[in-house]
Amino acid sequence: METVTTDSPRNVHIDMGARKPNARPSGEPVFEVADLAVYYGPFRAIRDVSMSIAQHQITALIGPSGCGKTTMLRCFNRMNDLIETARVEGSVRYHGADLYDKRVDPVEVRRRIGMVFQKPNPFPKSIYDNIAFGPKVAGFKGDLDDVVEESLQKAALWDEVRNRLKESAMGLSGGQQQRLCIARCIAVRPDVILMDEPCSALDPIATGRIEDLMQNLKDEFTIVVVTHNMQQAARVSDMTAFFTAEVNEEQDRRTGVLVEYDKTEQMFTNPSDERTENYVTGRFG
Amino acid sequence: MAQAAMSPTGIDLSGNPRRRRKETLIRRVFQAAAVVSVVVSAAIVFSLVGRAGYFLAQVDLATLIAPSDGWFPRRGSFDVMTIFAGTLLVSGIGMLVAAPLGLGAAIYLSEYARPRVRRYLKPILEILAGVPSVVLGFFAITWITPQIVERIVPGAQFFNMAAAGIAVGILITPLVAAVAEDAFRSVPQSLREASYGMGARKRSTTLNVVVPAAVSGVVASLILALSRAIGETMIVAIASGATGGSAFTLDPAAPGQTMTAAMTALAIGSDQVRGTEGTFESLYFIGLLLFLITLALNVISDRFVRRVRQKY
Ligand SMILES: Nc1ncnc2c1ncn2[C@@H]1O[C@H](COP(=O)(O)OP(=O)(O)OP(=O)(O)O)[C@@H](O)[C@H]1O
Ligand SMILES: [Mg+2]
Repeated sequence: METVTTDSPRNVHIDMGARKPNARPSGEPVFEVADLAVYYGPFRAIRDVSMSIAQHQITALIGPSGCGKTTMLRCFNRMNDLIETARVEGSVRYHGADLYDKRVDPVEVRRRIGMVFQKPNPFPKSIYDNIAFGPKVAGFKGDLDDVVEESLQKAALWDEVRNRLKESAMGLSGGQQQRLCIARCIAVRPDVILMDEPCSALDPIATGRIEDLMQNLKDEFTIVVVTHNMQQAARVSDMTAFFTAEVNEEQDRRTGVLVEYDKTEQMFTNPSDERTENYVTGRFG
Repeated sequence: MAQAAMSPTGIDLSGNPRRRRKETLIRRVFQAAAVVSVVVSAAIVFSLVGRAGYFLAQVDLATLIAPSDGWFPRRGSFDVMTIFAGTLLVSGIGMLVAAPLGLGAAIYLSEYARPRVRRYLKPILEILAGVPSVVLGFFAITWITPQIVERIVPGAQFFNMAAAGIAVGILITPLVAAVAEDAFRSVPQSLREASYGMGARKRSTTLNVVVPAAVSGVVASLILALSRAIGETMIVAIASGATGGSAFTLDPAAPGQTMTAAMTALAIGSDQVRGTEGTFESLYFIGLLLFLITLALNVISDRFVRRVRQKY
């Protein structure tokens, strides 16, 4: 990222008035999204998204299925590059640097902005090799044993696997696998962790453990999490963004828009948009 | 019938009896096809075992593994090591050609090629797979020998095992590519995404995630190709020379005899199947050996394929 100029206008003023949909969180912004639209071929999946995401906070993206949460999340680390038909318009700034600048190497972006997926996806390798993979491909030269232990400890998995590091990761339970994936992500020492419904395949106990874990990780990382679970968003996040899908004029498919973005407490107790209120109270979606 | 299937409320569930008879008939036809293939396989093994046993009873078992004698069935020297070495050499060279080419093509098709490119390349690969091996045999002596073998080994003979091996390699490359590509493509996309999500490049994702995850399929493709190479007959019969028999040699630039070529020579009679007692029966003995080798290879590859299914 050193090659990219960081001359972003950090002092852009965004009114924090209660009626404004795109509130600005307190704290240093990690991401600033402006007028973002994402297309899959001719289909516009999301449009007109502007939001900024603060450092060392947990930001939750909620909304009905198909409204573009995953699409939005994958814009933050250029994962959409992997989809041949995907095209991004507008700007996403990361610490002021334009992520979609031609000179940006998506690989560098992803080393700083890691991702945890909906379905646990450990490699069919040993637990140790799963964690060591990221540091190895990044050319890490230090003691891998230390990185593995540290990452597993941060992901609250160390005590459960310390004696079976050489065993296949496929033998872990779903919840353990997901924590392994979080540990694997941490091992690269990212700045931001993106999580796409990380608990949707887990039972309530495993979910609780991951939620606790997120609280602990917040001091060190910035977290953006997609969730379908309203209680989860309310429990873990500092800021919540509510997306919905609107029928668009040209096509009969729906395009996602950001309806409201505010402090989580505000979103759940006193949302300013009727659609948000309907959604968080379970009357819609 | 219809009466029996009537429920007390009068709903008839017995269906159309003619349709059911047709169903039964069709099932019988397929059953017969399956039974025939089993019977034929059993018959082949049976005929091989009987005559091979007769052959073994005729010859001095020690001469079967006496490299000094070579393989000259007419003179009664049945050194199996000679033709086994020939088979090993030719299929080994074939694998040296086919493994890198086939796996490279598979990786390219599955990981790098855009969908459009793949749409054009795959049929071309299938055409290559359809080239009759007799054509590849002539290609071996008319092109591979002068253009490749004689350049690497000046003074190589016109008929040589290297040319046959390279042609066999070309023959089995599409097989390696097709089976390995299937294995690579069946690696879940989520594993690639996990790798990219950690900032891995395409190269490390392919080499450190996709290939290891598909390793069983890769091994299966190689074993399958190897057993095809060992069984290949026409190319070696044309290009590797030594129709009458061969002394023991491990020189790829020299003519040599493979197990399959030795069988052809015996079967088509260019090697006067009279000879000493048991000459003709040696054909069955080699046939049985070949059968056992390829059977073993197929069992091993089957194990690997099954392991790949258990994985992710
Ligand atoms: N690879 C793709 N190609 C084409 N269209 C896509 C692709 N991925 C997503 N879409 C479309 O984009 C829209 C938004 O999808 P996205 O996956 O972002 O929704 P989501 O909010 O994450 O939904 P869910 O809650 O079900 O995960 C949907 O209409 C979807 O069909
Ligand atoms: Mg999603």
